[in-house]
Amino acid sequence: MRYLFLLLFVITSNAAIAAFSIKQVAQGIYVHQGPIELPDVRNHDAIANIGFIVGKKCVAVIDSGGNPAQGRLLKSTIQKITATPICYVINTHVHPDHIFGNSAFQDIANIKFIGHEKLSRAMAARGAFYIARSMEQIAVNLTEKDIIPPSILVKDFLKLDLGGRVLELKAYPTAHTDNDLTVFDKKTNTLWMSDLLFVGHLPVLDGSLKGWLNVIAELEKQSFDVVIPGHGPIDRDWPKSVQAEKHYLQKLATNVRAKIKQGKYLEDVLQDDDSIFKAQWQLFNEFHKKNLSSAFAELEWED
Amino acid sequence: MKLRKLLCLVLVFLLPAMAYAAKDENLWNQVLKQQFFAGKQLLKGDDIIQLSTPVRAEDPALVPIKVTASFLQTKEKYIKRILLVIDKNPFPFVGEFEFTPDSGKADIAMRVRVNTYSYIRAIAEMNTGEHYMVKKFVKASGGCSAPIGADYDAAMARLGKMKFRLDKKIQDGKPTMAQLLISHPNITGMQMDQVTRFKRRAHFIKQIKVTFNEKPILTAKTDIAISSDPNFRFYFVPTEAGELKAEFTDTSCESPVSRDVCEPGKSYTQTYRIIP
Repeated sequence: MRYLFLLLFVITSNAAIAAFSIKQVAQGIYVHQGPIELPDVRNHDAIANIGFIVGKKCVAVIDSGGNPAQGRLLKSTIQKITATPICYVINTHVHPDHIFGNSAFQDIANIKFIGHEKLSRAMAARGAFYIARSMEQIAVNLTEKDIIPPSILVKDFLKLDLGGRVLELKAYPTAHTDNDLTVFDKKTNTLWMSDLLFVGHLPVLDGSLKGWLNVIAELEKQSFDVVIPGHGPIDRDWPKSVQAEKHYLQKLATNVRAKIKQGKYLEDVLQDDDSIFKAQWQLFNEFHKKNLSSAFAELEWED
Repeated sequence: MKLRKLLCLVLVFLLPAMAYAAKDENLWNQVLKQQFFAGKQLLKGDDIIQLSTPVRAEDPALVPIKVTASFLQTKEKYIKRILLVIDKNPFPFVGEFEFTPDSGKADIAMRVRVNTYSYIRAIAEMNTGEHYMVKKFVKASGGCSAPIGADYDAAMARLGKMKFRLDKKIQDGKPTMAQLLISHPNITGMQMDQVTRFKRRAHFIKQIKVTFNEKPILTAKTDIAISSDPNFRFYFVPTEAGELKAEFTDTSCESPVSRDVCEPGKSYTQTYRIIP
């Protein structure tokens, strides 16, 4: 029994220390880079890139983490770095690794939660499912209280003045999910792309393949000094860094379209040889077949 | 000491996973069997039907499953009905599919939602009254996946649109496979109460009827376990030129898991010209 406690202590303390480090990637922009892993009972879904942007009057949190404890860790880290009050928590989309730290910020006076206009609906549709499986999947006992929907909704575009810097929030049509939001900081020419950009981690399709490729085509034309992906290292070589994701998604579209045309069924496509897609992606075996399924269901309605 | 340490590790990491992944059939034995087949004997079904499922639900919103009959339908011996159940889903009933001798072969394929580690069961009822059961265990997937359609608005915008897909060469008098695609969100209902903007309503296809020249080929009662934009494959026998016709009716219910308070929905029709 002694060993069990010792072991538990070692595991939990290691996880807390190893799991949280924050870096300033541009003036006033801080990012914690998550590990490229599946959510599990050891990482408690603290796997996404999360962080915050500091203005003269306000701090905006961008994605609160995968569980309430990570949210609290982010909050205390912010309070160590700056005395500027936290005014906003922006959720870039509904996935649990980006929203389940929200409850840690709820007790701040006048705090505003911000998201895509379809984020609340997505939370309502998926929240109960995420909660029901949280113990089993990530060993965290999430409850309905951990789901905090946005109080400010972004339909197309929203400017957020943090004092001395204005953030431009943009809501997209269905792409990675049906509620993707990016945050642009003009001052440092930084785009917080979140899960619209995967680096190293296989892109995960949970919205619309065609929509996502449209977003990439649109953003590719612009130039940014820093781009922050939802998973993987911070990028300073835009648009080169989005090419791997773009090629994977394009290949997925071409391949699945051809198979639908040949009259193949979903189950056949899932059994086909996937090696042409693999490249250098991490978590390929975990997500590629899900992507094939989503793409197939979307593209069979094209004609 | 080493052994004890190892045991601790095993306990810490594997216990939660094991508890949930257990292939238990308690729910089936104690509740569901009684609910669907009270007083009936369920025989081992491997000689009558086969059930194909993936080992893992790669996308829990889109799990392809297929029931294949071991023999062709004849007037003397045919499969009258196939019932599908996913034990651990919040609403385990997937659908009930009725066939006739005119179906040719009682095969049925579709995509379903699988919420967690669960058995999927297919029970065939013969024209002579016997019931045969087969089952497969499906593992759940991890990650951000949820058994929710990816693009609700796209499915809503197309709601009611249907497509038939058939092989180009149709042979006269031979059982022939038809694929029916239906655009419908088939949603489980919004399940969060405190966000008062969302009602707890399920909206799904309740009944599907497919006929060939007015003769029933497939009649189905379905529910929310069927994936968004339902996709069915089944057989019919094109004995002459004619019309394949599909009709479905949807409904919406107050609760995702109770069918006590429901409203009737709308009906939609699609036809396809068959020239053998």
